[in-house]
Amino acid sequence: MLYIKCPHCGMRPQIEFSYGGDASVKRPELNKEISDQEWDDFVYNRKSLRGKHLELWQHISGCRQWIKVERDTATHEIFNTFKADEGVV
Amino acid sequence: MSQDFRLESVGLINRDKKLSFKFNGKKYFGYEGDTLASALLANGVHLVGRSFKYHRPRGFFGAGVDEPYAIVQLYRNNETEPNIKATEQELFEGLEAKSVNCWPSVNFDIGAINNFLKIFLPAGFYYKTFMWPKSFWYRIYEPFIRKAAGLGVASTKHDKERYEHKYEYCDLLIAGSGPSGLSSAYAAAKNGAKVILAEDKPRFGGSLLTDDVNIGNQSGKDWAEGIITELKTMPNVVVKNRSQIFGYYDHNMLVMSEKVSDHLPKTKKYHPNKRLWYIRAKEVLISSGSIERPIVFGNNDTPGVMLSSAAKEYLKVYGVLVGKNPLIFTNNDSGYETAIEFQKHGVKPVILDSRKNPESEIIDEAKSLGINIKNSYVVVAAQGYKKVKSADIASISDDKKQLGKIENIKCDCICVSGFWTPSIHLASQSGNKTKFKEEIDAFVPGVSKQQETTLGAANGVFSLEETLQTSFAKGSEISKKITKNDNEVSIPNVVEKKSSQHDKFWCVPLPAGKHYKRFLDFQNDVAVSDIEIALREGYRSIEHVKRYTTLGMATDQGKTSNLNGLQLVSEIENKVVPAVGHTTFRPPYTPISIGAIVGREVGKHSKPTRKSPIHAWHEKNNAVFVDAGVWLRPRYYKRGNENLFEGSKREAKNVRTNVGVCDVTTLGKIDIKGPDAAELLNRVYTNAWLKLPVGKARYGVMLREDGIVMDDGTTTRISENHYHMTTTTAQAANVLSHLEYYLQLVWPELNVNVVSTTEQWAGAAIAGPKSRNVLQKLFPNLDVSNEGLPFMGYMEGDLFGVKARIFRISFSGELAYEVNVESDNGNFMWEKIMEVGEEFKIQPYGTEALSTLRIEMGHVAGSELDGRTIPYDNALEGLVSKKKDFIGKRSLQRVAFTADDRQRVVGVVPLDKKTSIPEGSHLVKDANAPLPNPKLGHISASCWSVEYDNPFSLAILKDGKNMIGKKLFVMSPLKNKVIPVEIVSSHYVDPKGERVRS
Ligand SMILES: [Zn+2]
Repeated sequence: MLYIKCPHCGMRPQIEFSYGGDASVKRPELNKEISDQEWDDFVYNRKSLRGKHLELWQHISGCRQWIKVERDTATHEIFNTFKADEGVV
Repeated sequence: MSQDFRLESVGLINRDKKLSFKFNGKKYFGYEGDTLASALLANGVHLVGRSFKYHRPRGFFGAGVDEPYAIVQLYRNNETEPNIKATEQELFEGLEAKSVNCWPSVNFDIGAINNFLKIFLPAGFYYKTFMWPKSFWYRIYEPFIRKAAGLGVASTKHDKERYEHKYEYCDLLIAGSGPSGLSSAYAAAKNGAKVILAEDKPRFGGSLLTDDVNIGNQSGKDWAEGIITELKTMPNVVVKNRSQIFGYYDHNMLVMSEKVSDHLPKTKKYHPNKRLWYIRAKEVLISSGSIERPIVFGNNDTPGVMLSSAAKEYLKVYGVLVGKNPLIFTNNDSGYETAIEFQKHGVKPVILDSRKNPESEIIDEAKSLGINIKNSYVVVAAQGYKKVKSADIASISDDKKQLGKIENIKCDCICVSGFWTPSIHLASQSGNKTKFKEEIDAFVPGVSKQQETTLGAANGVFSLEETLQTSFAKGSEISKKITKNDNEVSIPNVVEKKSSQHDKFWCVPLPAGKHYKRFLDFQNDVAVSDIEIALREGYRSIEHVKRYTTLGMATDQGKTSNLNGLQLVSEIENKVVPAVGHTTFRPPYTPISIGAIVGREVGKHSKPTRKSPIHAWHEKNNAVFVDAGVWLRPRYYKRGNENLFEGSKREAKNVRTNVGVCDVTTLGKIDIKGPDAAELLNRVYTNAWLKLPVGKARYGVMLREDGIVMDDGTTTRISENHYHMTTTTAQAANVLSHLEYYLQLVWPELNVNVVSTTEQWAGAAIAGPKSRNVLQKLFPNLDVSNEGLPFMGYMEGDLFGVKARIFRISFSGELAYEVNVESDNGNFMWEKIMEVGEEFKIQPYGTEALSTLRIEMGHVAGSELDGRTIPYDNALEGLVSKKKDFIGKRSLQRVAFTADDRQRVVGVVPLDKKTSIPEGSHLVKDANAPLPNPKLGHISASCWSVEYDNPFSLAILKDGKNMIGKKLFVMSPLKNKVIPVEIVSSHYVDPKGERVRS
């Protein structure tokens, strides 16, 4: 079980969190014309990386904040965690 | 009654307490402190089971966790447990055990015919032999295999034992209480670190209990006892015996199984049987020691062949002789230590040493005791079927390829030592890439992956002096980093006999013309010839060889088999062992009972139960409950002998004709506040929200980004910047997370707060033509007329002194209201509704009637919003704004979602107006078409229409728009039903929606 540092609450076990997918995906702005390809990339297409990955987690059983976690998908090593408005782009 | 193989006054057992037990129905006795294995051996019992594949007789090979075959079915306090190692099971009064893998009995075993037919059961035999003819599998092969194979029988009874889970945090977790575990624990404890020291055996001390060594002028055993006694008095130390750390998981989380009660005849009141510890450790010290390796020779699985270290442990810990005429077969000095113990206790062993002329202190001692030692000698094969009777031995050439003349010597046991294999399982599970250490012919941990350090024999260090020095130092160093204390601990003097180099010899060649089975994996019956076949058939990767031959699988996990298997592969492949590599060690290290893993989450504790504040009233009034997620909701209120169908029909009918009340507390509720609240709603719902006036509710539909409907519900504007959102019971948590996602990550500029208020409000839906009369009685001072409180209107009121929110919304399609009060007042509200409603013939109704009412109205719910449908499919496209953008809108342009013949919700009525339609049935055009019959749609929900008194269903049907009036067939192969039906509008009752506005 992972041990995740919530930037708001500190070190907490994985059972307090729920996974939210790739954090590098950016939602296209509302009311903007977008191509089918752009939209498909946003909704469906994910890289499924092996290695360092920036992902979203929500601390559902804690502060309920969405956070960003930089994690190795193969080794599960966590390098860093960020608040929603912080961190790598 | 004397025990033939028990020595007087030797060992650590309690001779004042005799215990009686039964094995395979026969009565024996042993002593407190015995294991089942030691007690059986004391009674001269060596035959304990049959092997997995060939059903060859099996005895004891080890003395602890390393035991590959003495696996029994245990009976304790009217319960039974399979897969118990006799070498680990402590004896208790009244213990009963039976052999496994034998049928009908251990002495006469039909499966043993496999042994004589073994030509048919080589490597991969499951894959090859039982493939055809196909029809034979179910009738012949499978029943036969099931009866003849397998390790034990699981109980089918409910397990009355209790299992606990415990979460713990510590600075240092130390696995194993041998010399390295004790030293490092002691040093760390002295520095004030929070230490957990875990030992899987009942006794602490590991190898110190059996090795002839001296530490600080005491015997190793006494030194260990002193350290443990002191550790136990320290408040920062937890010392646990009977506790196996069996898994090393991510981020230094380890799991330990503590056997709390297995050594007792019966679990004490309020005690668990086992306790599973989830331990998050800052640092882990692995001091799990090493396991002796077998040497491979002919018939090396015969009962009476065992590890020399096990023979020594039986003697020194339990005072048990595994034989009176022992033959020791060794390639290193460890065999001599066992021989010396035999000799000291009046038994004359013979040593066969594969080495030519080894010299060391230990060997000198053996010689001075007059032990018969044969150098450059090996055991070619054990003789005897159910027990070793003699051994074929021979001299061996220096290159270990040529055997001399074979002689036969009498013996009653063969104690084997092929040197030592470090127990690297935990380090490997942690992710440590292990490395091969040439000097000891075994793998040791390499660079640490997590915060783990391996010490002592587990790290390939077999000198006690070096082990103590490094372990004290590591314990100090690591704890100092954590606690910043630096309390010096002096390292005691060690006296141990120096040993000489072992021989890299591991497998005795087959003599010409002999075809002895030479086993590598005793548990899975994998012999040298099986590996040879696998390699001949082209298997190369060690992981493939493992799966094809079953080498190192199951509970053995390669404890005794791994290295010899690798040696063989490397020899045939002409590679060095590290190039072959070892297979992955997987947790658990030893079998863990399912009960311990499940813990207390059984039966009704397997999930939380949520109850509404009105629950007690429902119970008192004969509610029959149903699970709605984790909520318990009344399904119907049983009157007399009514069944579900009759009761729910009565309740639904009463709503249509008079008035009913339903507990809707379980609906998800989200309080939304802030100046941008309307903007948020406008972005997450498909319809327009910017112009909703204060005091009005609106129905809304929410999509996922992929265009699929996520949830629906009403949201009410309570005041300028304050909204009350409702969600379905099932989606409440997801919708909250969804809103938080957009507010926190996508639109942080929006000034809005959302919070769940599901548990803060109790809700009652009052529905039916007479609901306004009831409402008027509840709120005599309010104008609740159609003008005063119109459809989708909202007002606040005083319900007999209690603050209430009143929403004019309807799920049943009738004139209806929903009243919310604070949860604590929920029951009060409910009783008042029942009280004032009596004159209008009010009845409570449950979820079944609720479903009936919404189905015949064509209101979609969870069974239509099933994660596969878009708004159009649910006839909700009228709520999809063309003007504004919202979550998921762009996806609705996808080709499949705009197809002309897109699926859509419809009504379904059986032509005979009698036959109920099973939910989940398929709709087809032609009932007699060949299978697979093309599916046009499926029945999503079914009810008995109380309006028309005939069955009615909703379906999601391809091209539903153009199917109204068509005749189709409903097919349910599960219920074996074919029903001719007519497709009608989903709005079966009151299609114009006049009632809700009346
Ligand atoms: Zn948090």
